[in-house]
Amino acid sequence: MRALRVEQADCLVLVEDLGRPGYAHLGVPRSGALDKVALALANRLVGNPEDHAVLEVLVGGVRLLAQESVRIALTGAQLPMVVGGRPAPWGTAVSVAAGSLVEVGPGPGGLRSWLAVAGGIDVPTTLGSRSTDSLSGLGPAALKVGDLVPVGPATPHADGSGQAAPARPLTGRAVLRLRLGPRDDWFTDASLAALLSGWYDVSPSSNRVALRLRGDPLARRAAGELASEGIVDGAIQVPGDGQPLIFLADHPTTGGYPVVGVILDDDLAWCAQLRPGDRVRFMPAT
Amino acid sequence: MRTKRVGDHALLLLVDDPRSAVAVRNLVVDLASRPGQPGRAPLAAPVEIVPAARTVLVDGLPGPVAVERWQALLAGVSLHDYEAGRSDPPGEPVTIDVTYDGADLDVVARVWACSREAVVTRHTRTMFLVAFCGFVPGFAYCVAAEPFPEVPRREVPRERVPGGSVALAGEYCGVYPTATPGGWQLVGATSARLFDADRPEPALLSPGNRLRFRATSP
Repeated sequence: MRALRVEQADCLVLVEDLGRPGYAHLGVPRSGALDKVALALANRLVGNPEDHAVLEVLVGGVRLLAQESVRIALTGAQLPMVVGGRPAPWGTAVSVAAGSLVEVGPGPGGLRSWLAVAGGIDVPTTLGSRSTDSLSGLGPAALKVGDLVPVGPATPHADGSGQAAPARPLTGRAVLRLRLGPRDDWFTDASLAALLSGWYDVSPSSNRVALRLRGDPLARRAAGELASEGIVDGAIQVPGDGQPLIFLADHPTTGGYPVVGVILDDDLAWCAQLRPGDRVRFMPAT
Repeated sequence: MRTKRVGDHALLLLVDDPRSAVAVRNLVVDLASRPGQPGRAPLAAPVEIVPAARTVLVDGLPGPVAVERWQALLAGVSLHDYEAGRSDPPGEPVTIDVTYDGADLDVVARVWACSREAVVTRHTRTMFLVAFCGFVPGFAYCVAAEPFPEVPRREVPRERVPGGSVALAGEYCGVYPTATPGGWQLVGATSARLFDADRPEPALLSPGNRLRFRATSP
């Protein structure tokens, strides 16, 4: 059986793919990998279609035993990887002999990596996706010691390109571009100016649902309740305490607090890599 | 129709009430499925059309150009004219069997100044419309198709509302698909499966559905 056996899981490891688009009107979050570009890249490196399921590794601290020989590739944060006792490169296809251990350890920068296996992680689908949705509970459970993680058959062209991928520099600070709206008119001019000039700290309560921030609170122009409305990926919602949060892949489909702006796609992937204590500021998109 | 841009891939359509949101969702589905005009690129179809209480979110458009085309198109559309031109009959209503033994049945009876039996009669005689879903997969916000008295939310939400609870809050009626925290007034319980990811239609109640509740003996 093509599978990986989980020998150690000191960190959160989830199965993720492109998620479940098309069900938001039923209250089902989109979910999927927090960085869909890194997901596609990891898949391409091992010769998979870009939508195959991979392992999303938070922080690092996982050991997997290959039951048969497989090819793997790691993208996202540059976590140190050891294969069969030897250091293995990030961002390129690596061959793993049957019976070898793959170890992905904690690294100095970034937060999440995506580990693709030729053939893809082959757990059953739920609503067309293998993704774990941490909000609704759809999809497989997090990996735990003793699990056998099934791997699909590698396609004939599954040698992958083997090319190294460009790394994202991760410095602990990020400038995120946003488009204001749809509810920026709920906030005072002074608050909007502060949002576009101050630094915000990443809160430890951040997760796959939202990157939660701490900084100058945003003040509303007037009291009042907003009726719940649909939420997009990257929406910056401002709850009653005025502290903004950025909605990530597992965000609820609707929300009842005003959305002051939306992060551009290209910058949203950064949010997957920010650690508690890292700092963020916002810049209007041109 | 008034619209607001939401990032580079979405538009928020502003509507008057939950019933209009359902109609606008149908309108957007219709517009997205119309064949393109000769010589023009077809209109990009959205990935998500999410009705809510006062809005409909049209999300997953390819980019700002598509967003602007939709915005221009919708600016010239009258919901009233669209509704007037529709001739397709509504589908058969969904029926949900309910045991009316909810923990808040007396509260609702007090608010409505009637007996528990009268609450049940009122609830079972009313046709409801699924306006939108949210909160958890398969949770439907249903509004009455005829005048229906409102009920306040509980001041302190329950930490755990059992799955299958039939509940009222504000102008809405809903059924909790699974056990979750919740602040609505519980009037009864059903064994109907509100959400099952393995069914071809995973949600029993989807925006635009009509439904009735039927009393079963406890």
